[in-house]
Amino acid sequence: MSAGLPFLEVKDLKIHFKTDDGLVRSVDGLSFSLERGRTLGIVGESGSGKSVTSLGIMGLYNKRNAEVSGEIWLDGEDIVSAGEEAVRKLRGDKLSMIFQDPLSAMHPYYTVGKQIMEAYRVHHKASMKVARKHAIDMLGRVGIPQPDRRVDDYPHQFSGGMRQRAMIAMSLINNPQLLIADEPTTALDVTVQAQILDLMHDLQEEFNSALIVITHDLGVVAELADDVLVMYGGKCVEFADATTVFDRPEHPYTWGLLGSMPRMDRPNLDRLVPIPGMPPSMINLPTGCAFHPRCAYEQQTGGLGSTLRPELNRAGGDHLVRCHLPKEERQRIWLQEIKPKLEA
Amino acid sequence: MFTYIIRRLLAAVLLLFIVSAATFAIFFLIPRLVGSTPETLATRYVGRAATPETVNLIAHRLGFYDPVWLQYGRWIKGIFVGADYSFGAGVEHCPAPCFGYSFVTHQPVWPELLDRLPVTLSLAIGASILWLTFGLSTGVVSALRRGSVLDRTAMSFSLAGVSLPIFFTGMVALLLFSYKLGWTAPGGTYTPFTEDPGQWFYALLLPWLVLALQFSAQYARLTRAGMLDTMSEDYIRTARAKGLRERDVDIKHGLRAALTPILTIFGLDFGLLLGGAVLTEQVFSLPGLGKYAVDAITTNDLPKVLGVTLMAAFFVVIANLVVDLLYAVVDPRVRVG
Repeated sequence: MSAGLPFLEVKDLKIHFKTDDGLVRSVDGLSFSLERGRTLGIVGESGSGKSVTSLGIMGLYNKRNAEVSGEIWLDGEDIVSAGEEAVRKLRGDKLSMIFQDPLSAMHPYYTVGKQIMEAYRVHHKASMKVARKHAIDMLGRVGIPQPDRRVDDYPHQFSGGMRQRAMIAMSLINNPQLLIADEPTTALDVTVQAQILDLMHDLQEEFNSALIVITHDLGVVAELADDVLVMYGGKCVEFADATTVFDRPEHPYTWGLLGSMPRMDRPNLDRLVPIPGMPPSMINLPTGCAFHPRCAYEQQTGGLGSTLRPELNRAGGDHLVRCHLPKEERQRIWLQEIKPKLEA
Repeated sequence: MFTYIIRRLLAAVLLLFIVSAATFAIFFLIPRLVGSTPETLATRYVGRAATPETVNLIAHRLGFYDPVWLQYGRWIKGIFVGADYSFGAGVEHCPAPCFGYSFVTHQPVWPELLDRLPVTLSLAIGASILWLTFGLSTGVVSALRRGSVLDRTAMSFSLAGVSLPIFFTGMVALLLFSYKLGWTAPGGTYTPFTEDPGQWFYALLLPWLVLALQFSAQYARLTRAGMLDTMSEDYIRTARAKGLRERDVDIKHGLRAALTPILTIFGLDFGLLLGGAVLTEQVFSLPGLGKYAVDAITTNDLPKVLGVTLMAAFFVVIANLVVDLLYAVVDPRVRVG
């Protein structure tokens, strides 16, 4: 690793798609960095650009209509400017991904073992026998009982939780340094979700990999993430360590996300406060602040909200917020108006 | 799995009986309803010049005066154990499987069917190899280069291929390649493989191409649609995320999944063809089952028609059975206990 550089550094990443309806700015100037052994949670609604970000890092966007600019430095190598073949060699080896729905993400016609062996053999010159041993070993490590027998099962013979475990085994088979999990628990039963999160946490410690968890579920973030990046309209609107995001968030959108998160420790579940309106169109983002049509505090920006696009400003330490409201005002609103409501 | 196979086999046998009964009824029962008599049937056998006495005698000997169900029973019995026919002088034994004698040539039907089968088999196998090769590869490339010039050209050609009937393409091809250019054999020069493989190939080349053209077009479109479907599946993204080479993603993951429905259709098409590629054989004068069927129908030769119909039904049923069994091999999700 190059000295001084972070393990993963994304600089001004833009991923735009040309469509018949216009240019979709799915990711529009995103920057963040991540070290090995750390976990970054990227949160946002559907269409906020979080999944496209992950596919961008993996080089899995549709090359025919995507325009990608910016830099993605992974361990001293820029993925954006690297050739197709170079990125392919990284994929599944150094950087790897866990998908949302493990049933549709696994090939229905190949056994779980075959699919894991294939992932291993792409990047290693190994016999089927050796690869199979690795696959069984890995299935055991992710908690599949009797892995030497289940290795020959097809995905449809696995339960949902087991499938996600197998998917994790497949993504970890080459000991990746960066693991991206895109909504890893969304398709699973609530009871299984916690197990999978625990498993991911343990494995990350064991492998000392960097982990990006993409989710709309702040519960998952609370469970796993060290840092949190809140995305809205293809941009980062708030970035901070997890404690800060949960204790003193400053962006109205983050407040909205926290308000729409059901919590067992909250006595009144009817106190869920949904964010009004719809996620914006990524083709015609609102002028000014992309969030202003849905923001309850837009009036207090003195008209700036609808005219000027806010910058991502430092709100102290590593806490970044993209909002026109003055810092003192944001802190006041959170402490006096939002927090009491959430804790009522 | 084993009981499943047995169950399917029994169902197949039952189905064949139903088909045989239905065909028999169509040719022996329905004509009676519209005024045909045992004598008219016998006239077909002995010709118009025969005296009424001869006709009457033949009608007796062939059992045309018996109830239809008895005639059907005798026909089925003939297929399983053979039958004895007495024609004037002596008794002629027709060994099982006996499909009776041709009204026109007075030859037993079964050996003729056996004679014709290799022709149809040669035509069907050769053509299917061609169309699978052309159709699948065109479909895959078209799907992967969707919207490209290549895709559009291939799809326009295949639309033409699907739309043009064989009696048109076949005639044009014969005229152009055989009679004008002399590259391929003219119609009616079929030689069995066992006699002269070179001549066999030469005579079948154009029929293969013409028949394959139509099917290639259809299979190219099917494969393209299937590939477009599967290539947008989540597991394709997973395959890419594993770092597989694009070629492996396309073939091992994409085509593998797209092939399953094509296998089904191929099985049925192939089964149908074995019953006789009627148009192709007719256009190129190939002495196969299809041409046999046409000849039998135009000469009102009932035993031949019955025989070739049952044979065609047999192939379709078998092809269905094989496809169902293969499906379980190809798609692990349909494997049943």
